[in-house]
Amino acid sequence: MAQEIFHASVAQLSDKLARKEVSAVELAQTYLDRIEAHRDLNAYLDVRPEVTLAQAKAADERIAKGEGSRLTGIPIAHKDLFVTKEWSTSAASKMLEGYMSPFNATVVENLNNAGMVCLGKVNCDEFAMGGSNENSAFGKVLNPWNKDCVPGGSSGGSSAAVAASLCPIATGTDTGGSIREPAVFTGITGLKPTYGRPSRWGVIAFASSLDTPGLMARSAEDCAIVMNDMIEFDPKDSTCVELPKEDFTRYLDTDIKGMKIGVPRKWFADGLDPELAASIEDAIKTYEKMGAKIVDVELPTVDLGVPVYYVVACAEASSNLSRYDGVRYGHRAQAYTDIQDMIKRSRSEGLGLEPQRRIMIGTYVLSHGYYDAYYIKAQRVRRLIANELNGIFKDVDAMISPAATGPAYHFGEKSEPVQAYLSDLYTVPVSLAGLPGIGMPCGMHSNGLPLGFQLVGSLFSEAKLLGMAHRYQCETDWHKRVPAGY
Amino acid sequence: MTLALEDIRRIADLSHLSIDDEQAVRIQGELNNIFQMIERIQAVDTTDIEPMPHPHDGAQRLREDIVREQNDRENNMKNAPEQSEGHFLVPQVIE
Amino acid sequence: MQWEVVIGLETHVQLSTNTKIFSAASTDIGADANTHACVVDLALPGTLPVLNHGAVERAMKFGLAIGATVAKRSIFDRKNYFYPDLPKGYQISQFEWPIVVGGQVSFMVTPKKGEPYMKTLNLTRAHLEEDAGKSVHGLEMNRSGIDLNRAGTPLLEIVTEPELRSAEEAVAYARTLHALVVWLGISHGDMQNGNFRCDANVSVRPVGQKEFGTRCEIKNLNSFRFLQDAIEYEVRRQIELIEDGGKVVQATRLYDPDKGETRQMRSKEDSMDYRYFPDPDLLPLEISDEWLDRVKAEMPELPEELRARLEKDFGLPAYDASILTTSKPLADYYLAVAEAVSDKKIAANWVMGEVSAALNQQEGTTIETLPVTPAKLAALIGRVLDGTINNKGAKQVFAAIMEGNGEVDALIDSLGLKQISDTGALEKIIDEVIANNPKNVEEFKAGKEKALNGLVGQVMKASKGKANPGQVNQLLRQKLTA
Repeated sequence: MAQEIFHASVAQLSDKLARKEVSAVELAQTYLDRIEAHRDLNAYLDVRPEVTLAQAKAADERIAKGEGSRLTGIPIAHKDLFVTKEWSTSAASKMLEGYMSPFNATVVENLNNAGMVCLGKVNCDEFAMGGSNENSAFGKVLNPWNKDCVPGGSSGGSSAAVAASLCPIATGTDTGGSIREPAVFTGITGLKPTYGRPSRWGVIAFASSLDTPGLMARSAEDCAIVMNDMIEFDPKDSTCVELPKEDFTRYLDTDIKGMKIGVPRKWFADGLDPELAASIEDAIKTYEKMGAKIVDVELPTVDLGVPVYYVVACAEASSNLSRYDGVRYGHRAQAYTDIQDMIKRSRSEGLGLEPQRRIMIGTYVLSHGYYDAYYIKAQRVRRLIANELNGIFKDVDAMISPAATGPAYHFGEKSEPVQAYLSDLYTVPVSLAGLPGIGMPCGMHSNGLPLGFQLVGSLFSEAKLLGMAHRYQCETDWHKRVPAGY
Repeated sequence: MTLALEDIRRIADLSHLSIDDEQAVRIQGELNNIFQMIERIQAVDTTDIEPMPHPHDGAQRLREDIVREQNDRENNMKNAPEQSEGHFLVPQVIE
Repeated sequence: MQWEVVIGLETHVQLSTNTKIFSAASTDIGADANTHACVVDLALPGTLPVLNHGAVERAMKFGLAIGATVAKRSIFDRKNYFYPDLPKGYQISQFEWPIVVGGQVSFMVTPKKGEPYMKTLNLTRAHLEEDAGKSVHGLEMNRSGIDLNRAGTPLLEIVTEPELRSAEEAVAYARTLHALVVWLGISHGDMQNGNFRCDANVSVRPVGQKEFGTRCEIKNLNSFRFLQDAIEYEVRRQIELIEDGGKVVQATRLYDPDKGETRQMRSKEDSMDYRYFPDPDLLPLEISDEWLDRVKAEMPELPEELRARLEKDFGLPAYDASILTTSKPLADYYLAVAEAVSDKKIAANWVMGEVSAALNQQEGTTIETLPVTPAKLAALIGRVLDGTINNKGAKQVFAAIMEGNGEVDALIDSLGLKQISDTGALEKIIDEVIANNPKNVEEFKAGKEKALNGLVGQVMKASKGKANPGQVNQLLRQKLTA
């Protein structure tokens, strides 16, 4: 069965490029054409074909000289939260529309150096705030499985682009689930590494102690391959953990036999779509067939994840977004009375409703008289949650849980803020503890939308997790499904 | 805890966001709902539990005191809304 | 009504690092606007702070010098507010857990009325933070220009307890603090360029009252003169206000040196809620015992330690010790001279006298570039002590070296300054002078000691200054009391 080139995995593309079955320029052009043909998805925000093709040409030259490496010539899309020199970076906000960064994010730089070819910047929720990509100032992104449904967020452009084969792999960021949830909503594989493993230099900050750059692709194997070049200790980021370079593919052949997988049964109770619950149970059974032992785990405090997350994340965000004042870059209001008025109007005009909401929440919880009761209290509960989660990994190798309450929902369905925030309940505890997690597909809903689960590991265990995910993907083919018409 | 409209105005001011009366009422409703959800954390006993500002324990790395950044003014200022003679321009600041 | 003045000082000291506290851009001044402001200093999207080792060490040195506790663990916090010269919309500072806690500074106060006295002032804390940028006016109509070269320069904010009781005490403390930070090599102390800025918290209360009065903060005083004038004005203002039946309102004020008065600032900083919280982009600063010990071992001898040593071991009076330790270069100079000279007091006299005068006269000369090096001065003093030349001659040699360099002995020869020590020739001159000045002789013999000076002077004159005054004095006495 002839497979379209744009359905190929990163691993397969790498082979084809090496064997000169396809050139980097041809490959880039293929994707650029598809991006153009599927503009209705609104996955991409900035596409510059000449720049992409110039990168592709350079990649071909390296390959011709025999200087190519595994990723030379492989196309990639970058979430519009990573600053890039040659494409604009907007963070999906009017505040930064057209902003051209004088430097590249470290993740972008690393992958450039590995020879990857950038197809452009993909859409997301404004300043990474949201779970549906409905909060972009440049329009919502459509889920290629059902264009009336959300692709998830905040990395909705990344997930839609990969699912619709508008790129083989894309970067994303995960602060409270923003890689894992869109991955399961679009039937692809999304990796959130351990906090602090990838560098945050050049990632537009939302919540500094939670933001984690990651990858979204068709498979765990693809994520592992690209992780090798994406991850390198970066002294420019004080929160980047100083660990040596790692081969994230080293556990792809791991043996599931004897591994212990924890399942927090409580999470399968009310509120979870029954078909989703059933498909995750199937995934658990598949792991059992591979030889894993399933263990029930208790996570009582994890219910508090959402309120704690929103206090902490909003507090950090309220301060991180203070630099958007119209003074040195970004949107500046046209009419104002004085400098402080100019700052207020620029911010109010440039920042969308969700960022403004979260700034207000954050400002409030940090304000005089409330700091101890909210911010400090939340950080204490955070430690309880983290202790609990870290505790279970003493007994299990990984944890399987939902990453969302159901399949992708319709636009406008979760417009009420609290309702939207509560959908994060499975992903945020993992974020608060800084743990790695993978969102991946495990079934299809009767409504035609993908279903997926979350695989969570202990700190710095992403290589092992990728191995466990890959083994599952060797036994199943959910990750190979492609939406009709794509 | 319920927020009054003055609270909303005060927070908006601190955040340097200008909101009109209609927006203030809307935000008041939204924030009150959100804070109702947030209140849940008060029920937890956190005696003797230290706050957790970072997922990892660790100490701040120090950078050697050597100049490594060279002048790149033009590049760095290329997104400036208003500039003159190498300065960012803003409405006159009066002390 | 008797009033007591209560003052606390907060001093922002710019540290003499090569780079900013959180970025690797240069801290050199005088550059074109925004040429020393890198992406971190401009707070471009995606930028992050990394802490400068040099800034931390300087803070440690300060803590050790004042006998404070250097915190093993301290935290950087964000101080949130909006201002065009504050690029991130927050300043990275330290709030709850500063790097230095406690400490004391002792200094001499010389009041207008009354005797000079020593005061020991307790310090509350000192913490690291970053400086903001600058706004300039006049580039264009109705516009201010923002220059962020200064943004990110490391500051050490030093806070005293409110134990100062007069403007004079405040200035004496400030001078001593200034000398100390320069002595330690942690700041250039260049006040004209904003290296050392004081905020004064001033209040008054009736003598005997325990509660403090309401205080006002006068910000950004960057000269000792302004510090003194501003405090004195503010004290008068507050007392007058209260005595007229008014109340002091807590406010931040600026000093206008042209008008000689303080006025309230436009921005309402007083009710500002800064929403301090630990900066999540930075981890806690930990200082190991090893590091602290290393810094301690590398500390220079402190001014008070040296003062005590000069008094005890060198036998110098307190005044001399105090003058010689006003700056480290001066102290180093003196120590180099004193090492090569047997009479430490004479060495001190020369350094406090001729050397200081020469430094004051020649603009641009620093003690390091003075033509009269410690070696040369020591040689010169040696020639006075061994009788080759007298003081007057020595001063001539000194001046000659200042003019065009040269070596001590060579100049003594070329200027013909060798003293007449030959008693024979001297006695001749002495006899002549005795013969020609009967009145002085009579007065001296009658018990008037001072009359001898006139005779000595005459001998010096007759010998064209080449006689050894000590010897002349001795010989005259011998002859007259024989």
